[in-house]
Amino acid sequence: MYDVAVIGAGITGACIVRELSKYDLKIIVIEGSYDIANGATKANSGIVHAGYDAKEGTLKAKLNVLGNRMYEDLCRELNVPYKNNGSLVIAFNDEEMKTLELLLNRGLKNGVEGLEIIDKNTLLNLEPNISDRAKGALYAKSAGIVSPYELALSLCESAYLNGAEFIFDAKVTNIIKEKGKFTISTSKGQIISNFVVNAAGVNADEINKMLGGEKFSIIPRRGEYCLLDKSQGNIVNRIIFNTPTEKGKGILVSPTTHGNLLLGPNAHVIEDKLDVSTTGFGLEEVIEGAKKNIKNVNLREIITSFSGVRATPSTGDFIIDVPTRGAVNAAGIESPGLTSAPAIAIMVLELLHKEGLTLNFKSDFKNGRILPKRFIDMNDEEKKAAIEKDKRYGKIICRCEQITEGDIVNAINCPLGAKTVDGVKKRLRAGMGRCQGGFCMPRVVEILSRELKTEPENILKADSGSYILTGKTK
Amino acid sequence: MEERNLTCINCPMGCSLKVKIYDDKIEVEGNICSRGKEYAENEVTNPKRTVTSTIKVVGGERPVVSVKTTGEIPKKNIFDLMKIINDKSVNAPVKIGEVLIKDVFGVNVVATSNVDRA
Amino acid sequence: MERDLVIIGGGPAGLAAAIEAKEKGIDDILIIERDKSLGGILNQCIHNGFGLHIFGEQLTGPEYADRFIKKAKDLGIEYYLNTMVLNMTEDKTITVLNENEGLFNIKAKAVICAMGCRERTRGALNIPGTRPSGVFTAGAAQRFVNMEGYNVGKEVVILGSGDIGLIMARRMTLEGAKVKMVLEIMPYSTGLKRNIVQCLDDFDIPLKFNYTVVKIHGRERLEGVTIAKVDENRKPIEQTFEYVKCDTLLLSVGLIPENELSREAGVEIDRVTSGPIVTEAMQTSIDGIFACGNVVHVHDLVDFVTMESRLAGRMAAKYIKGELKKDGDFISTKGIDGIRYVVPHKINPENVEDNVNFFMRVDNVYKNVIIYAEHDGQIIYKAKKPMVSPGEMESIKIKKNVFENIKSGEIKFGLRRA
Repeated sequence: MYDVAVIGAGITGACIVRELSKYDLKIIVIEGSYDIANGATKANSGIVHAGYDAKEGTLKAKLNVLGNRMYEDLCRELNVPYKNNGSLVIAFNDEEMKTLELLLNRGLKNGVEGLEIIDKNTLLNLEPNISDRAKGALYAKSAGIVSPYELALSLCESAYLNGAEFIFDAKVTNIIKEKGKFTISTSKGQIISNFVVNAAGVNADEINKMLGGEKFSIIPRRGEYCLLDKSQGNIVNRIIFNTPTEKGKGILVSPTTHGNLLLGPNAHVIEDKLDVSTTGFGLEEVIEGAKKNIKNVNLREIITSFSGVRATPSTGDFIIDVPTRGAVNAAGIESPGLTSAPAIAIMVLELLHKEGLTLNFKSDFKNGRILPKRFIDMNDEEKKAAIEKDKRYGKIICRCEQITEGDIVNAINCPLGAKTVDGVKKRLRAGMGRCQGGFCMPRVVEILSRELKTEPENILKADSGSYILTGKTK
Repeated sequence: MEERNLTCINCPMGCSLKVKIYDDKIEVEGNICSRGKEYAENEVTNPKRTVTSTIKVVGGERPVVSVKTTGEIPKKNIFDLMKIINDKSVNAPVKIGEVLIKDVFGVNVVATSNVDRA
Repeated sequence: MERDLVIIGGGPAGLAAAIEAKEKGIDDILIIERDKSLGGILNQCIHNGFGLHIFGEQLTGPEYADRFIKKAKDLGIEYYLNTMVLNMTEDKTITVLNENEGLFNIKAKAVICAMGCRERTRGALNIPGTRPSGVFTAGAAQRFVNMEGYNVGKEVVILGSGDIGLIMARRMTLEGAKVKMVLEIMPYSTGLKRNIVQCLDDFDIPLKFNYTVVKIHGRERLEGVTIAKVDENRKPIEQTFEYVKCDTLLLSVGLIPENELSREAGVEIDRVTSGPIVTEAMQTSIDGIFACGNVVHVHDLVDFVTMESRLAGRMAAKYIKGELKKDGDFISTKGIDGIRYVVPHKINPENVEDNVNFFMRVDNVYKNVIIYAEHDGQIIYKAKKPMVSPGEMESIKIKKNVFENIKSGEIKFGLRRA
């Protein structure tokens, strides 16, 4: 019996559960996949937007600006990489320069600070690798970059440290409300809770239906990306956008918090919400789009491509409402969802409170993370101490990202730890470098098998069915 | 008469060889040197191969040890040999050169690496 | 810690260099190996065919490695296993990490880079589709099958006809998998003829030239791939798209020298080989930092790695003893007309032993050609070749006296019709 059940452990659910965990409540997070941040959260641009995109008066506009202001503190509290590097919207002709004026005005109305339009010279001084055809840009100093899945993980870890429970691989099949309580049926059994939060990403429309809310639908819109090696991470320092046109927002080019270069996304409506495949056409679109904005990028340094499915709401704005007494929707959280998530959590808590949830601050709320600092992030003294304590910190497993066996063992054995090869990758970046796991994947499988006390054949890449080995040779 | 097409493996040229097999003789066409002729004749009369694989090790630092046949065996017997290799298991330690299976298809199967005890 | 010679990498290149340096009088040598045993990738190459040039017999990979490991141990060469070099600086200070000694620095008089290479991945090819399990580089699959004793799949498609891909086609077939086909985007194979016959033809595995994988299917485990024929510009032809069911895709699509450490130290890199620019002494652009083996350029045969590495070991020994000439004019080398690259890149005639072995690769398959070397309009070398192919490295030996006559300028290597 829980006070609140949060459905979905993406960035929205993660922000909400962490906020809830500050109060004296019994909370559970119900996640359908094997891990935190397995949906759009692990495959998006990682941009903390300034807030000039959304029309004034919308939830998107309001929560974007609020969320943006919360980021720096939040990431510092949780020790998550965040960089306030600013963004530039590039205009290539007079018409686009006019659009920049519109964006500037909208931004001012939305309450965005640090906006200015700069001319070509100033632009090229800031970013020498911008295309020579650029005319000027809208500079938004408050924009930044974050590692979205790391943020979601750390939020969940923080919630866990403060008593929140998590259940994985539990797909919600039905929700019944009786006598003011919700009985949530999942593939892992029933959960009873007084309050429910729907943060189910692309499946939020189905959960809303189970809750009996007013009908809306989530239109899955897929965005494809290319990630380049760190050798290209310095091509630009800021986030580079196209001027939005009727055709869309164009392809962005951005450094990542880990020093890689990210190109993307395009945007295509798809049928299947789970279809995170990439297409030849789409990747071409991403590369061509990026080439329009910047020069001197070496495309031979692409180390991987991926796609994420964004939960585009049929209403056009975030859906944060009450589908039935005691339940709150946080649905249709597409861009700027990552930026808005911390503010969405505050709004969701206000709605829960209005629905009757008692919010008593915990006196012993603990900040911090479960996952220990990675070896590579330690200073020399910490490194020496780590090896002294556990000599497995002296053994590099992932060569490209310099991840040690000690890091991996801890990432597996800690609460909310990694259960799969991708889980290890998400927590430590092992296998995310230039060799893409070519060398370390067999070792990671071996370590997972040893630590989880199961045969290597049972080790999965990501979700159930993604086995890696098919049996012993002898 | 039977006709077979082969690719010579002796050098990067990789000559396409046409081999005509008569009751009393073999004719080779397409070779530009004598090694091609010799290769083709062997291939159609008695093709042979060296086999390399692994054998299960019990109590070793690794679960398998790499092995090879000490000479070539008839090509048609490769899978028969694999069955014998797959059924075999040896105890650690295994030393490089150690005979693990004796006298199969006219050869021995020997270890090609060392596996110490775990 | 201070050392005369530190060798980064204990594979065939590092071992040969170490042995040679020791035999040339350098006692204080340390090999740093990141894996749990010496021998490098040879340990997982359990097939035979190694050693014809060096030992005059056919050995398997582990056997070839063992000969060098034994020799190194007999000579008392010191080595660290499970030890990673995290950083190298221009002044030859190396930051090292392992379980026993922890994190520490080594200052070396000379360094030999022998880190080898890594495989190109799916990401580098940018193959569209899903991201299921069951997509492996051929080398990772080889490690699982040959070293760890696990099969990686049952129905296999192999992309790329490089030797590792061909060898794995046979290995997986022998272990009971069905290898459905090997696809090669080029009109020729980069693998050895012997491997095509004995790894594919022997088991009726089709090799499809001008074919590639255009899409990967399957949400969790690989379920199939879409293959397609490509046109002369290597663009897939839509009318030829075909779905092939499989649970495993092996990629054997090229190797990249691992030069992150060299780059960080400031070593100048050749954009074609992705390896350092080296002299006749296998010395990089940084004084006292040498390189050999696949870290310089990807070799087809380990025997050539051994030869090149012995040279690097000898020259590093000379360097440490102060016998290597640094000054004087350098002759530069360049590939033209069908030659993609030439190693070494620079020759100081004063350091040349009896001759220089030039390694090079051509850019296409050519029949009946002459490989020539030209200096200032003069042909200084030529040899007739019935056939050259990008898959087979060419090697040319030019005698010392030739360099003494020219001393500076540029030697161009090219191909022309015979």
